[in-house]
Amino acid sequence: MPSNRVLVGRIGLLIATLFSTLIAHAAPPPDPYPSTYVATPAAPVLIQGATVLTGTGDRLENTDILLKDGLIAAIGAHLTAPDGAVVVDARGRTVTPGIIDIHSHLGVYPSPAVSSMQDGNEATAPVTANVWAEHSIWPNDPGFQKALEGGVTSLEILPGSANLIGGRGVVLKNVAAVTYQAMKFPGAPHGLKMACGENPKRVYGGHNQAPSTRMGNVAGYRAQWIEAKDYLRDWNDYEAKIRAGGKDAETAKPPKRDLRLDTLAGALKGDIAVQMHCYRADEMATMIDMSKEFGFRIATFHHATEAYKIANRLADNGICAAMWADWWGFKMESFDGIQENIALVDAAPNGCAIVHSDSEEGIQRLNQEAGKALSRGRAMGLEIAPERAVRWITLNPARALGIGDRTGSIEVGKMADVVIWNREPFSSYALAEQVYIDGVLQFDRAHPNDAPRSDFLLGQPATRGEAP
Amino acid sequence: MKHPILLSAAVLLSTMASAGTTVYQHARVVTGTGSPLNDGSVLIVDGRIRAIAAQVTAPLGATVIDLKGHWITPTLFGGIGSMGVVEISGEHSTNDSSLNLGNVRPEFDPALAFNPDSEPVEIARVEGVGFALLAPEPGKHTNGGNVIDGLADVVTLDGQAPRPPSALVVEMGHEGAELAGDNRAAAYLLLADAFEEARHPPRPGEPRRLTDAGRSTLQQVLAGRLPVLFKADRAADIRAVLQFAAKQKIHVIIGGGAEAWRVAKDLAAAQVPVVIDPLEALPADFDRLATTLENAARLERAGVTVAFSLRSSSPHEARKLRQAAGNAVAHGMSWDKAFAAVTQVPASIFAASSGLGTLTVGDKAHLAIWSGDPLEVTSQVEQLWLNGEPRSLTTRQTALRDRYLEKLRQGNAR
Repeated sequence: MPSNRVLVGRIGLLIATLFSTLIAHAAPPPDPYPSTYVATPAAPVLIQGATVLTGTGDRLENTDILLKDGLIAAIGAHLTAPDGAVVVDARGRTVTPGIIDIHSHLGVYPSPAVSSMQDGNEATAPVTANVWAEHSIWPNDPGFQKALEGGVTSLEILPGSANLIGGRGVVLKNVAAVTYQAMKFPGAPHGLKMACGENPKRVYGGHNQAPSTRMGNVAGYRAQWIEAKDYLRDWNDYEAKIRAGGKDAETAKPPKRDLRLDTLAGALKGDIAVQMHCYRADEMATMIDMSKEFGFRIATFHHATEAYKIANRLADNGICAAMWADWWGFKMESFDGIQENIALVDAAPNGCAIVHSDSEEGIQRLNQEAGKALSRGRAMGLEIAPERAVRWITLNPARALGIGDRTGSIEVGKMADVVIWNREPFSSYALAEQVYIDGVLQFDRAHPNDAPRSDFLLGQPATRGEAP
Repeated sequence: MKHPILLSAAVLLSTMASAGTTVYQHARVVTGTGSPLNDGSVLIVDGRIRAIAAQVTAPLGATVIDLKGHWITPTLFGGIGSMGVVEISGEHSTNDSSLNLGNVRPEFDPALAFNPDSEPVEIARVEGVGFALLAPEPGKHTNGGNVIDGLADVVTLDGQAPRPPSALVVEMGHEGAELAGDNRAAAYLLLADAFEEARHPPRPGEPRRLTDAGRSTLQQVLAGRLPVLFKADRAADIRAVLQFAAKQKIHVIIGGGAEAWRVAKDLAAAQVPVVIDPLEALPADFDRLATTLENAARLERAGVTVAFSLRSSSPHEARKLRQAAGNAVAHGMSWDKAFAAVTQVPASIFAASSGLGTLTVGDKAHLAIWSGDPLEVTSQVEQLWLNGEPRSLTTRQTALRDRYLEKLRQGNAR
C-alpha cells in the first residue's frame, strides 16, 4: 500500500499552497500546477521465471521480480510470494523496464486531429518560453492508451517546434486521468523545448518576421539568454538581501516576475532540462557552443538525424541524441538521415542514444523502432546485445529527463514500471502482454475488451468489437 | 571441367550475384503462388527464373549459393503514393505529388514526372521494394469541384518507365468534401455529372467540364478497363461508394478503408478490394472513429481482398510497409495474407507486369534475398534482383554510413 506516495503528494500540495499564499513575494514558487498522481493501491505482484533486460545492460535469465508498494522490491531466483501477492507466470516471456518516450505530442496534438485541438505550437511569436505544454494537454487523447499498449509508462509532452523557444515540456506517467495533474510524474523536472533550423525560420520568415534565417535563429536565442542571465542575477541579488536580513531585507524589492524569464532562468540554474530539436550536425555544434556561452546544459538533441556525424562530440559533452530509426528526407535538414544513426551514436564511448517517436504511431512501437536500429548496427559490424539496446528506450531517456534515479531500469528500489512482452521485444511480432506502472497493472492484453480509458472513445463503434 | 562455386551466405553480404546461371540452395522460398518451400532452390538463367523446387540440379558452370535458410521472396510493394515524384517532401521544387490546376483533368497522368534516379527510389529499392503505385495527391482545395486526383501508374524501382495507368484516383470523405464545395455528398454529384458527360459527350456549344481526353479516360472506366480507386474511410462513405459503383457499373478499389471492417460483408459480396494501412490504431479524424489494429484480420476473416499501403504518401517511408504487414500478423492476420497484401494482391489489383508480386518460373527475376522473415523489422535485404538483373545495395546512405563509421572508429566524429 503506497501510503508514503499519498503523503508525499499531499505534502507537495500543502507546500505549493503555502508558497502561493504566504510568500508570494519570494522567488518563483515551486510548481503551482503540482502533480496529484497517486498510484492506486495494489496487491504485490510476483513475476516469475522471466528473461529480464534490466535496462542497466544486464540480461537475467529465469528470474523473478517482486513488485510491492509501487516499487521493485526484489529481483532474483525463486522469490517467495508475499501474502496476497498476484503471481504471474512469465516463463518464455521477456520483461523490460517500462518504455519511456522523451518526445511526444500526445494530448497537445491529439486524435482526432480536429482544428479545435491543435494546441501544440503557440506559433504567434518566435519565443514563447512562457507557455507550458501541460496547459494544452487533453487527457482524453486515445493515443495515451495505445502508447500504453506498446509498453510506454512515462513520456514527455513537448510543445511543437515552430518557435525558437517553444515553452515547457512536462513528464507524465501514462495513467488514465481526468486531469493532466493526475498524470504528472511527481517531482520530474520540466523540460524546455527549443528548436533549430528550418521550422522557426520558415514559420516566422514566412510572415516576413524574424527569424528568417539560421543566423537569425541564433541571434534570437542569444538575446533571450542575455535577458535571462540579467533576470537570474536580479533574483539572486534580491534573495541574497532577504537572506542577509536586517535593513537590506526590509527595503529589498523583488524583481518583477516574468513567466518567460522564469523558464529560461530555470534552464540556466539546471532545474529545467533543455530538450533541443536540431537535425544538422553543424547546427548542433553551434548550439553546444551557445550553451557554453551562457552556461546552461543541453540534455538532449531531438530528431538529430545527423547526430552520427558528431557522435564523439555529443558523448564528450554528455548530451544525448533522441532519434528515429528510419525517418529521413521529409525536409532538407533530414536528407542525410541514415538508419545506422542510433547505433553509431550508441557506439561512441559514453554515447547516449535514445529512440523517440514524435508520433502517435511511433510511440506505439518504440520496441520495433529500436529493433530496426539494432539490426542496422549489427549489419555494419557492431555487436549490440538486446540488453544494451533496451537502454535506448528506457534508462537513457529516463536520465535525459532527470528521472533516471527513479525509473528506467529494473533495479530494487526503483518505481515498479515494467512490461511483460510475449517475446524479445525487438520484433514486428512482439506485443506487450502486461504493463505495470508503479506496481499497478495498467494494461493486460488478456482483457482487451475492457472499456476504453478515453471518454471520447467510450461507447463508440471501435470499442464494440467485430460486427456480427 | 568447372565445378559449381560454393559461397556461403556470409560472403553474400558483400558479394553481388552476377548474371549468367545462378542457383540458390537451402533457402526458404516464398513464391506467393503456393506454399512456401522451407528448404528450396531457385535457378536463375540469364535473368529468368527457370526452376523453383526443393531440389534443383545445378547446371555446369552455375554459381551455386547456399543461403542457409535465408529467405527468397518476390520484391515488395511500396504502397500508394509519390514514389519517384518527390525528392524532399518539404521542398516545393522537388515535389510533384499533386496537380493544382483547379479544373477537372481525369486524364492527368503523373508518369512524365517520374524520376527513376530519385533518391527515395534507390532507398526503397535496397529495402526490397520492387514496385509501387504512383498516384497523385489531392490538389489544393478549391470550390471549383474537383474530386478527381488523376491517374495512377505502377512504377517499378528498376529504372524503367511507368506502366500504363492502373486506376483513376478519386477523393471521397472529408477530403473529397473539401474539394467539392465543402460537402461530401457533392462528390457523388460531381462524379455523376462527369460520367454523364463521358457517356453523352456535349455537342459543340454545349457546356462541358471535361476535355476530350478527360472524357476518354472516364469512358475507359465505364468500359470496365480502368478501375477507380476511391479514397474513403468512414463505413457510411464506403457503403455509398459501393452503391455508386453498382449504379455506374464501374470497378472500384477502396483506398484508406479505416472503417472497412464494419462493412466487410458488403465489400466481400461486391468483390471490392481494400487497401489499408494496418498500423492505424487511432481515430485520426471523424471519418475514422472506428479505426482498429484488427482491421486487416477482420477483413481477412470476411473474405475481403486486402492490400497494404501506409497512409502517408511519402516515398521515404515506403520501406516501412513490410513492418506494417508484420504488425497486421501480430494483430491476427495470417502471415500468408499479410505477405500477399504487400506482394501478390497489389500486383494483381493494379495490374503490374508479370514477374512482380510472385515468383513464377519463366518470369524475369524480381526477387529479394533476406536475412530472415521480411515482415520482421530485424530482417534485411542481402541481395536483390530486379527485372532480371542483380542490383547493388550501395546507396548514398550507405556511403554516409561508411564515411562516419570510419570517423567514429578514429574517435573523430566531431
